[in-house]
Amino acid sequence: MTPRPSHLNELEAESIYILREVAAQSARPVLLYSIGKDSSALLHLARKAFFPARPPFPFLHIDTTWKFRDMITFRDATAQRLGLDLRLHTNPDGLRQGINPFDHGGAYTQIMKTDALKQALTEGKYDTAIGGARRDEERSRAKERIFSVRGPGHTWEPKRQRPELWHLYNGNLAPGETLRVFPLSNWTELDVWTYIQAEAIDVVPLYFAAWRPTVIREGQLIVVDDERMRFNPGEQPVPRLVRFRSLGCYPLSAAVASDASTVDDIVAEMRTTKMSERAGRLIDQEQGSSMERKKREGYF
Amino acid sequence: MPDSLLRVLTCGSVDDGKSTLIGRLLFECGSIPDDVMAALERDSIRFGTVEGGVDYALLVDGLEAEREQGVTIDVAYRFFETPRRRFILADTPGHQQYTRNMATGASTADLAILLVDARNGLLDQTRRHAAIASLLGIRSMVLAINKMDLVDFDKTVFDAIVAGFDLLRDHLGELSVTAIPICARDGDNVTGDSARMPWYTGATLLAALEAAEPPSRADSHPFRFPVQYVSRPDQSFRGYAGSVASGTIRIGDKLTNTASRTKAKVARIVTMDGELDAAHAGLPVTLVLDREIDVSRGDVLAADPPPMLADQINAWVVWMDETPLFRGRAYQFKLGTKSVIGTITDITNRLDIDTLREVGVRELGLNEIGRVAISLSHPVACEPYSESRELGGFILVDRLTMGTVGAGMITDIRAGRTNVHWHRLDVDKQARASLNRQKPAVLWFTGLSGAGKSTIANIVEKQLLVLGHHTMTLDGDNVRHGLNRDLGFSEADRVENIRRIAEVAKLFVEAGLIVLVSFISPYRNERMLARDCVEDSEFLEIFVDTPVEECSRRDPKGLYQKAYAGQIRNFTGVDAPYEEPLDPEIRLPTLEASPEDLAGRVIDELRHRGVIA
Repeated sequence: MTPRPSHLNELEAESIYILREVAAQSARPVLLYSIGKDSSALLHLARKAFFPARPPFPFLHIDTTWKFRDMITFRDATAQRLGLDLRLHTNPDGLRQGINPFDHGGAYTQIMKTDALKQALTEGKYDTAIGGARRDEERSRAKERIFSVRGPGHTWEPKRQRPELWHLYNGNLAPGETLRVFPLSNWTELDVWTYIQAEAIDVVPLYFAAWRPTVIREGQLIVVDDERMRFNPGEQPVPRLVRFRSLGCYPLSAAVASDASTVDDIVAEMRTTKMSERAGRLIDQEQGSSMERKKREGYF
Repeated sequence: MPDSLLRVLTCGSVDDGKSTLIGRLLFECGSIPDDVMAALERDSIRFGTVEGGVDYALLVDGLEAEREQGVTIDVAYRFFETPRRRFILADTPGHQQYTRNMATGASTADLAILLVDARNGLLDQTRRHAAIASLLGIRSMVLAINKMDLVDFDKTVFDAIVAGFDLLRDHLGELSVTAIPICARDGDNVTGDSARMPWYTGATLLAALEAAEPPSRADSHPFRFPVQYVSRPDQSFRGYAGSVASGTIRIGDKLTNTASRTKAKVARIVTMDGELDAAHAGLPVTLVLDREIDVSRGDVLAADPPPMLADQINAWVVWMDETPLFRGRAYQFKLGTKSVIGTITDITNRLDIDTLREVGVRELGLNEIGRVAISLSHPVACEPYSESRELGGFILVDRLTMGTVGAGMITDIRAGRTNVHWHRLDVDKQARASLNRQKPAVLWFTGLSGAGKSTIANIVEKQLLVLGHHTMTLDGDNVRHGLNRDLGFSEADRVENIRRIAEVAKLFVEAGLIVLVSFISPYRNERMLARDCVEDSEFLEIFVDTPVEECSRRDPKGLYQKAYAGQIRNFTGVDAPYEEPLDPEIRLPTLEASPEDLAGRVIDELRHRGVIA
């Protein structure tokens, strides 16, 4: 374990405070566990916040059925090791209709992620969903509250956000409203990695460089994860030394060329090379305000 | 690796070059990813705003393309770090809704950067920004005087602006200010020195941010721990989770639960990283106490002197809702981890941000700041905002929309009816020093039996308590049941009786209290003896002037009847003399006015004498 920079103490303290506020203020909170590095940090913080008790809320994973296999393996092992109350949800309509990222593009994200999340929150009667989003990820997130209200239908109205002063988080809800809470709001990607390094937190091996079968599409490195991959005519998977900075659904998350094979390597790499984290997320690149539009519709 | 975190508020309008400055800081500190930088270079060529260079303003302004969608009237948080420090920048837009946004950004900030355009000097806007930042408790500011290139890097321009700002400082309270001449577009004195301003030898902006002391607000203040969450995973463990708001706690330290005034010692300080011997301000921990006392979320565990338990407060309120704030409205009042109902009992003044003067008003509109009195449904442990942001800042939540409609900073705390239990509190010397906002005094009520001494004294004491003052009552009859029960009514015993009462009153005066003594004390000598026990200015002889005929007509305890029947001897006014005070501080003729009115006269006199404010 590396001694951690002291500013992480402050970020950790703030996140723990936020998580405890959720537990105290919300009737039915749930933590959206997406298996990635941010979720891993968030899970670790939730364990710290309530120690020696277990986190007093369940963990929810929206399974699109297109997550990398390593992610699912890691998810199940983590849940078992820590005794988490893990709940899974897949949009049954999307599943029935065979919605997939190859044929359905943007509709896939809407149906298998956004709609699935809304279904799970509504069915579980959750009033609060805790997520690992950070303000440095994307421009519309820079202005999102830590306790962020969603109107009926889980919609976000950026114009009607509540002022958020000091550490006084307003978790009150009017009828039909629900809450999204982002304990990692003030963390950067580098903070998350230095925290993972300092606290020796387990993450999915996909973050570490390895030789993986890849194809290049529109300049992006796409890893072939299973037999469902569809190749273009003449396309052949080529082994390349790659890793992921951001994990999502496998044909939609691009890898980066890297030889960083440990957390230390990753932190060192992050301090030198600089590409934005979401450069590898295909859904974020459509148009300038696409994230804000998705969020208004209920995307996390 | 950064060794600390600094939260910075940036204020200034777009014209002052704020976007350029922020863009430059983010770039110089490597917070702009390469793909974003590449796009910025393309845009700079396309817009051609900066000849042959990169226009950093496009970076931040680019983020504000959402302006049309209304998101910009809002605080944006941006991050960067240097090898020394990690920064959180609360970026607030200069014009629209600035009060609400600045208050939001300032509420967590340690330092404010006030941006000034060197060509324009100090504008009303600069003054407004400084005032709001100061009101929210920011005690450290950087005055960044930008666009020095457009005034030929002239030192006299810089000096004149700095001198102008010095004049403002009288209105801003305690403040440390660093003034820096910069050219954000070219980077002069932003992260590196400026060859074009050799006359400036102070720190660059970034160096000033790296060197700024985060306010040590938390450690010097007594230990405060607002309980967030009661952790009870099984029968064997009961802990109180929260973050240390101020001070330090060690195992074995004694704590008071402010809500119930019960005490316990800290047995364990639990974290997932192992149990601690001590926890300092800011640390999230779970405390286990050595005995079971009643503790719930919203209670404050505190070292002595514990914070006031208030049900009435005065505060500055920043109003953030389109519906104005009126007297009589009730809101949810959230302070620390406590949530109660707060009713607006008065709105007196509005702060005119342009003149920094107060104007009398009856209501507060959107983005206005005013002095407001609030009555709370349940007592809340709180402190003035100047002493504690954590226990002095609160929000008001609309009970129908559930939106946050106001934010307040406590200026005065008044303990009303709830404080009648105050006598269960152990007050030590430190507590007295911090709690007393009054001059100690002895109010010596003298008069015949049945004159109304205790009745009036009780009303006076209630009023004093409502005003937040600390009092103690010594009643002649009650003292005889306890302290003086060994004394009879002989001459010697009478003297000893009064000596003891006077000495006890003196002890209470030393404790800083306003002591109300209701005691017939018929002899001038006796009263003189009591007066001599304390400073002359601390003693108020209050003659409750009721003729003996009236007293015997009232005869509340049936004593006159017995005295007249000869069943009691040496009864003052019947067969023992009462020596009327010759020159009492206050004379209360009970035949002329009601007890309430007479009590009011006592309160007025106390104000007049400066015993109470």
